[in-house]
Amino acid sequence: MRAERLVLVGVGGAVAHGGALLLRGANGTANSTLLRILAGLLRPDEGRVAWDGAELDDLPTWSRHVAYVGHLDALKPGLTVAENLLPWARAGSRGIAPALATMGLEALSAIPARFLSAGQRRRAGLARLALCTAPLWLLDEPTNALDAASLGRLEAMLAAHREAGGAVVAATHQDFMVPGAATLELTV
Amino acid sequence: MFADLLRRELRLGLRHAADSVAALLFFVVVTALFPLGVGPEPKLLARIGPGVIWVAALLAAILPLDRLFGADAEDGSLDLLLLSGLPPAGIAILKTCAHWLLTGLPLLLASGPVAIMFGVEPAPFAVLMLGLLPGTLVLSLLGTAAAALVVGARRGGVLLPLLVLPLATPVLIMGTLAAEAARTDAPYAAPLLVLGALLALCMPFCPLAAGAALRQSV
Repeated sequence: MRAERLVLVGVGGAVAHGGALLLRGANGTANSTLLRILAGLLRPDEGRVAWDGAELDDLPTWSRHVAYVGHLDALKPGLTVAENLLPWARAGSRGIAPALATMGLEALSAIPARFLSAGQRRRAGLARLALCTAPLWLLDEPTNALDAASLGRLEAMLAAHREAGGAVVAATHQDFMVPGAATLELTV
Repeated sequence: MFADLLRRELRLGLRHAADSVAALLFFVVVTALFPLGVGPEPKLLARIGPGVIWVAALLAAILPLDRLFGADAEDGSLDLLLLSGLPPAGIAILKTCAHWLLTGLPLLLASGPVAIMFGVEPAPFAVLMLGLLPGTLVLSLLGTAAAALVVGARRGGVLLPLLVLPLATPVLIMGTLAAEAARTDAPYAAPLLVLGALLALCMPFCPLAAGAALRQSV
């Protein structure tokens, strides 16, 4: 239910360790809503969400399992790219420099986020994924505004994450290389 | 995580200093208007000084509340904060600390010179400052809860004073009562203790209420 309207009915799926699930569907078929439910930000009226047998119950516990990149990049324009990632770097105990390198942002680390282009902002938002230790990545239109080289970097990052036993659920309208991904078609 | 996020809030606050400085300047300008409005008679100014400072601090503390969660809700940071592993009430405490450090504490520090400007005598001056310490903390706590309630509401900024000011009246009454008592050599401990009690009441309840409101807002 979103704004008093029923938007998702009878949706089900599963994604294994190392697996990937692509949410497909025309605009307005609640791709983002489903991702926000999986992230625990929205509560479904009915149904259940679970990871490794642990049910989605309260948000702080659940947040250990999921990393969410929404359609907004959550960058503070006044902070530099590195400063924007700082709290997440501490939490995940991985360095900022390697995380920025995964998205090719080394040269921009000391630039305030307000000077970034849309694609660069997207990459900075995605670089946060490289910092977190959560196994399930939830990506809302991760390829938006990315150029070909960055798309390659994202694909490499997703492949590495799945190799390490992680899982990916992504809502996308573009074809990008997620080998062996299952597809969930959402319709009106 | 909490310390890292608080450091980030403070860094943001210092880099966008306009927000916190605006509240402080508002406070100074409003208090400076009173001698112009009521006349420059020193005895009158010394008498109304503490009350003017309390009211102006109350109004100034509300100014930055609109952006407290509003900015994070707009750019998607609020989602990440909720997924940071901190409980929602913890995020509210984080924001309360940031609001007090960036707005409450500067207001408290500016109150000293303003009180001297009004010619407030030493005894009520000390009690005024003693009352403003828990007072500004309560304002930050109440303000955070109200700001969390209006996240996502259209024209939330207009609602904020309507939510905070009625709840803050006990703080205002007790604060000015204490300063007035000190001026007339009456016992002033009771109103100060009530202020402390209000702080003790708000400390657990405001973050919990704010956390619940945040959880509903996304």
